[in-house]
Amino acid sequence: MTTATEPRGNARTADPHLAGRAGPLRRATRWWPAALLAVLLVAPYSALPLPGLLDGPIGSPGNLQLLALCLVFGALATGYDLLLGRTGLLSFGHALYFAAGTYVTNTVMLEAGLPFAASAVLGLLAGVALAALLGAVSLRVSGIGFSMVTLAFAQAGSILVQRDPGGVTGGEEGRAAPADRLPASLVGIDHTANLYWIALAYLVLVLAVVHWAVRSPTGRVWEGIKENERRVEMLGLRPYGFKLIAFVLAGTLAALGGIVYLLLTGGATPQTTTSDFTLSLLVMVVLGGSGTRWGPMLGGVLYTWADHRLGDLAGSGAVAGLPAVLRVPLSQPLFLLGALFVAVIYLLPGGVVRLPRRLRAARTPRATPDREEAPAP
Amino acid sequence: MSTVVLLVLTGLGLGALYFLVASGLSLIFGLMDVLNFAHGALMSIGAYGTWWAASGRLPGAGPGGLGFVLAVAFGTAVGTAAAVVLELAVIRPLYTRPREQILATVGVGLAVPALLSAIWGADARPFPAPDALSGTFGLLGAQVPLNRLVLIAAAVIVLIALKVFLGRTRHGLVVRAGVEDRAMVTALGTDVRKAFTLVFAIGGAAAALGGAIGGLYFGSVDPEQGTSLLIFAFVVVVMGGMGSLTGAALASVGVGLVQQFANYYTTDGLGDLAVVVLLAALLLVRPRGLTGRLA
Repeated sequence: MTTATEPRGNARTADPHLAGRAGPLRRATRWWPAALLAVLLVAPYSALPLPGLLDGPIGSPGNLQLLALCLVFGALATGYDLLLGRTGLLSFGHALYFAAGTYVTNTVMLEAGLPFAASAVLGLLAGVALAALLGAVSLRVSGIGFSMVTLAFAQAGSILVQRDPGGVTGGEEGRAAPADRLPASLVGIDHTANLYWIALAYLVLVLAVVHWAVRSPTGRVWEGIKENERRVEMLGLRPYGFKLIAFVLAGTLAALGGIVYLLLTGGATPQTTTSDFTLSLLVMVVLGGSGTRWGPMLGGVLYTWADHRLGDLAGSGAVAGLPAVLRVPLSQPLFLLGALFVAVIYLLPGGVVRLPRRLRAARTPRATPDREEAPAP
Repeated sequence: MSTVVLLVLTGLGLGALYFLVASGLSLIFGLMDVLNFAHGALMSIGAYGTWWAASGRLPGAGPGGLGFVLAVAFGTAVGTAAAVVLELAVIRPLYTRPREQILATVGVGLAVPALLSAIWGADARPFPAPDALSGTFGLLGAQVPLNRLVLIAAAVIVLIALKVFLGRTRHGLVVRAGVEDRAMVTALGTDVRKAFTLVFAIGGAAAALGGAIGGLYFGSVDPEQGTSLLIFAFVVVVMGGMGSLTGAALASVGVGLVQQFANYYTTDGLGDLAVVVLLAALLLVRPRGLTGRLA
């Protein structure tokens, strides 16, 4: 007991100012995820307006819908980072497993008339099976070849969905989910809060699974594969199996996300099958910070929020009054997001989540030379 | 018979278009290890530049005769300039971070089509084709549109020009050596980075030319045209073997023909699917592509 407190006492005498400030602060900030979760849980009851961030009070159905979308994409980006940031696999086909969850669930409900729960289980199983099958095939090639094969499979899926075989997928229009098959508490604008909580639960689940997975022995091997695959082989492990586990786990999480997305948007649309969808996930992960615990989630939330709010901004009077040179690019959210993305790559390597650390690092070297220069003369 | 001739020439025309995009992609990847996701955007820039000039906004350029040649030259020049700017402003500062280079081109590839549709609208614009190129000609009983021939001719000229450049000039030698083993060339005292801008300019010019005369093939320009072609260009590059021009030429002919024939004889859209399945199958059998170059 005394030995435990002694070093801290020394530290306090050495620099009481610093320790006194950092101690309680750090203890308090350790619990910020729990505090944030509590805030997010009660958000639907709040009528607090967030001017600039959201249009109207937080608890309004429109805002809850947007927040839920943000959470879902935060979770999707976290799942995608399992491949990109944790295992070093650049997959361009993640949209396929997401869309499998959405489309299979929706189609089973529409065509076979099964209730939602059974359809969702089938949708999830379809996502797992697809990820296992295609992952097993595409992981036989590595590097850019892997990226291209995943892109090719996802493109095949996208073409298939847009071709609308037998009128099952609804082609370019997509198909609305049948309201009579869904539980009544998940349908209609009055129940947006329930959907929001489902999205929040999905996010918490993904964060927990990813956190647990990267800390497991398998996760250590993933890290090794990311750093140096050849060395993992030298240690007597076969990377193929480990990479496949990461691929299937990420695909499963994506398929689950597809089901939540189906509930949230009330239908399946072909936009979710395109390579642009995967690219936007990639942008989210890099924007937030690849390979970090909170970065991809942050990136997903920021991207989704910006995508929607920039659309509103583009249609607003403030932009319409600008001269053409400014107005024309500002009217395109995708242009702003693309430009923002390039800017983040330059100015913030490691993403938004590294921003505080970079700021601290920028301050420290400036302080150290001062201290060193003082005794020199 | 006439259907087969028409399909073969249309397939070759499409393949020529793929080759124009894929040749630059393949060289850039071979030399710099950058998978250029902005290449489709360069193609769109070329298409829009040509369309802009040919619709009478550039003095001297127009939809007919020499005016159209000037318009195509203008579009190609704009695309080349865009490629050089892309390399100098976006790729060059990230030389030490290869993965970020790819990501930055993804960002540019998203932003440029959005910018194009912000300026000229998201809808397809009719492409002003010269009368001399909008007719058809008879071959073995088939009436083949002339623009297929224009595309094939352009692709063949680009292929020969690139072969001559790579095989006969000193810069070409550096590029070839860099594709083979970049570290060794650098170790021998040649700064390969100087070739990067050159390769980007060449690739951009080819893609912009593809966009410029691709407008003839499609009959219209729209902002997403280049991006939708890009996926098939990737397929061609990977099939042909990264960094191999001959491989890219062979693969683009194969992809164009398979796509046309499958689309015609089965249902529409199945050809695109067939190409994708073909890629997956080929990569599993020969992970290094047709020519066995390093993937």
